[in-house]
Amino acid sequence: MAKKSKESESISATPKRAVGNQATRDKTLEKITELGRSVAKAALAESDPFVDVPTRTISNTSYNETRRLLEMGDATMRRNLFNTGQARKFMQTVLLSKGCKDLLEARKTLSLRGMYYMSLHSIPGTKEKTFDDQEESDGILEDLEVSLSTLRENLHLFAKKRGTMVGNITVVDNGDPIDCRRMGTGGYAIPSICEPGVVQFGKCEAKFVLHVEKDTVWSRFNEDRFWEKHNCILTEGSGQPPRGVRRLLYRLHKELGLPIYCLLDCDPWGHYIYSVIKQGSINLAFESERMAIPDAKYLGIRSGDFARCGLSDDVKISLNDRDIERAKQIAEYPWFVKKKHWQKEIQLMIRNGFKMEVESLITKDISYVSEVYVPERLKAKDWID
Amino acid sequence: MDAPPETEPKKPAARRKGATAEEMSDRQREISVSEFFAKNRHLLGFDNPRKALLTAVKEAVDNALDACEEAAILPDIYVELLQRSETRFKVTVRDNGPGIVRKQIENIFGRLLYGSKFHRLKMSRGQQGIGISAAGMYGLMTTGQPVLVISKTSKKKPAVEVLLKMDTSKNRADVVSETEHPEDDGLFSDGHGTQVSIELEGRYQLGRQSVDEYLDQTAIANPHASFTFVNPNNERIEFKRGTSELPPESKEILPHPKGIELGTLIQMIERTARTQIGGFLQEEFSRVSPSVSKEICQRAGITPRTWVTQIGHKEAEAIYKAIQEVRIMAPPTDCLVPIGTKALLSGLLKELKAEFFTACTRPADVYRGNPFLIEVGLAFGGELPKDELIRVIRFANRVPLLYQQSACASFKAVLETSWKNYGISQSRGSLPDGPVVVMVHMASVWVPFTSESKEAIADYDEIRKEMKLALQEVGRKLGIYLRRRQRMRNEGERRSIFERYIGEIAQATEAITGTSAKKIYESLMRVAQKKTEEADAILDDEGKRVKDADPFGRDDSVVILPVRSARAGEDERKSHQEGGGQSKTLFGDEDGTGEAKRSRKKN
Repeated sequence: MAKKSKESESISATPKRAVGNQATRDKTLEKITELGRSVAKAALAESDPFVDVPTRTISNTSYNETRRLLEMGDATMRRNLFNTGQARKFMQTVLLSKGCKDLLEARKTLSLRGMYYMSLHSIPGTKEKTFDDQEESDGILEDLEVSLSTLRENLHLFAKKRGTMVGNITVVDNGDPIDCRRMGTGGYAIPSICEPGVVQFGKCEAKFVLHVEKDTVWSRFNEDRFWEKHNCILTEGSGQPPRGVRRLLYRLHKELGLPIYCLLDCDPWGHYIYSVIKQGSINLAFESERMAIPDAKYLGIRSGDFARCGLSDDVKISLNDRDIERAKQIAEYPWFVKKKHWQKEIQLMIRNGFKMEVESLITKDISYVSEVYVPERLKAKDWID
Repeated sequence: MDAPPETEPKKPAARRKGATAEEMSDRQREISVSEFFAKNRHLLGFDNPRKALLTAVKEAVDNALDACEEAAILPDIYVELLQRSETRFKVTVRDNGPGIVRKQIENIFGRLLYGSKFHRLKMSRGQQGIGISAAGMYGLMTTGQPVLVISKTSKKKPAVEVLLKMDTSKNRADVVSETEHPEDDGLFSDGHGTQVSIELEGRYQLGRQSVDEYLDQTAIANPHASFTFVNPNNERIEFKRGTSELPPESKEILPHPKGIELGTLIQMIERTARTQIGGFLQEEFSRVSPSVSKEICQRAGITPRTWVTQIGHKEAEAIYKAIQEVRIMAPPTDCLVPIGTKALLSGLLKELKAEFFTACTRPADVYRGNPFLIEVGLAFGGELPKDELIRVIRFANRVPLLYQQSACASFKAVLETSWKNYGISQSRGSLPDGPVVVMVHMASVWVPFTSESKEAIADYDEIRKEMKLALQEVGRKLGIYLRRRQRMRNEGERRSIFERYIGEIAQATEAITGTSAKKIYESLMRVAQKKTEEADAILDDEGKRVKDADPFGRDDSVVILPVRSARAGEDERKSHQEGGGQSKTLFGDEDGTGEAKRSRKKN
């Protein structure tokens, strides 16, 4: 797909720039060593070793109204070795700390999956594996990130690439200039790590960013050369955008001053994607500051579009009980609760009793979404905030 | 007496002509007890072929055990079932008892209601002297074969072999043949003993209420006896001795006034050799002192010096009434010989493959003037079936009761005990379920059976109350054990979780910090031990921590077997068999439970 894509499941030697600077690495290494020392000290003192992990739940997340983003609270959960419910996780935390230390010392980066494999083995004398699956390891790595108050990038870890970009911009990725105007049908694969040390922005004519939910819709826009006609950047995040995409959007907004418009499905899932882009996620509230874009706008599609665009009944997808429950939850979020438009939007969806995908606009015409719907909304500044 | 006059069917007369008193008198005659029972054999436990076979074995074995114990001989009982045809069996029971003198053989094996046990109040297996002769009679009736008795009373005397045929009308046995065995007869290795063989119609079937079950349970309640059983398939099954200690001989006691009925009282007055009523009361009853005797007489409106001959029905009734009103000391209870906690345990241990055993012997109590005591044993876990109702095995004077479970006081007592409190589930109105065998034993000079076939203990309040108290006691101990077992399992699991991860943690920590993995590992393992041992501490009934980690440390009414060896079975078991089960793991000494802990952990 993209140039210079890394094989996500193998350690690859990377130039210095990609893995941050010496000072950051030393700092991270010191933090890991500190964690190890506290375990060793507790062990030798014959007490119960522990790691304090900041809680990543909604209860430890608060909405900062002035900054308009989610922030993580101070609550931590102590993870002890001598607690049957925590012993395994404690072991995994120590094990992955060691993995990250090795990685930093080797000056290499590894995918989350690679790190999972690196730390995976059977516990001697048992049939138990250190990890059941990658998900288990991913969760512990996120814990480790917050426990060490560092970032995944600083641990030299990256996620599987997800998300694509095309548009009137040139980026420099790991020293290679990439002209996003000449990306063919595939587009530029947004890397997992989009820190300034890895990705820099070059020449940019674009006036705004249109972020769409999925690859299929993105392809529609790309084929119709929407970004060329409207002088913008076109991104997609394959559903819930990964950290790389969010970081890139943030930087495009912050550093280049580009407004961000989102075209997402009309369902609780789409609404939550918008919420994450705008305010940050509950799980990664500690990263909101670096990723949340409080000014991002929600272009569509909206519950009213069914009538407004004269869509056929065939595009309706009934809301199930979980959808309704989730929609109500979202409406209750502090950052939505005071927004009349959002309350109206969610209520209308519930009243309609159905959800719609962006693709439903294709029933009107193949290029209805790129040639009519979005241009009209942008022109009329018809979005919700 | 019982036969109604018959009418002549051939000559239907116009006017029905009744029998005259003379005619009726011709037909009226005494019926012998034997005749009565021949017609009502179900009353004695010979209702069907299967039960008949069991009853015959049971009566013979009960007699053999009684005889051995009275002669202070450790019983070795040999039981053989020989299948003659599909429905015909020859039952042979041989003991190493004192033997029977020649002239008594006809009486003992040929007469119903003949025996040494009916006329005295003494704890023994048989009571009425019906059993073995009834079995012989049943055999004669169903197969026509006489009873074969061989008896040897001493090494020096030859064994006598007698073939007996019951004469039901005379309640007597006729000797068919009589031979003497040579002196060196190998039949009785101890030089004395009795063997009886009865051929009868029966059915041999395994399972509940079988000969096997009877012998199994008898072995539990009589750990001092050894049994050899040769079944119809010619398989030899050995029930080894669990203790070589003979139970002490039970003492005979005089009847207690409160336990006597008016009719019996009148009979006793008629038969007494005493001349004055005061002496009669003092000498022929237990617990009647001169002052009690005086009080009874005063209340009855007579004096202790009143001649016995002057006591008529009216006076007797007055005495009977007075007895009920006067406070009389409870009868002596030293006449009772409990199996004893220790022997109970050794009996359970050798016959049941369980992991937890406990037993309890209650102090004696009195019902209707008869002293009695209740013992309860309980076995839990091991190889006992898990998903069934618990098994209740009942005994009266060491004899297993196999029929009419639900009519028995012991069964009701088990139902009424709240087993849920002890960690055993129980649905309303039914037996609890779980891998449990509960044994209830009643020892008494007179066990109140609900019928002559001695199948269920009558439900007296006093008896049921004692049973419940005993059940509660063993239940509590089971509860303590189960809670502790659960805790130990939890602890074992916890410990193994910690131990599993400590190695990983130590290595990773060394890689991060350079601190020796070995040191970290050893320290953390010590913490793991400490952490889990802390929770090992046992709470006593009030919830306080007991320093001694073993709640049964000094309780010799409890035996806990290491689960694994209880499963592995035989070798471990053998060590308990001799010497009253005093081997190391018995009675929950520290070593024993330590062993249990360790082996559990390995599981």
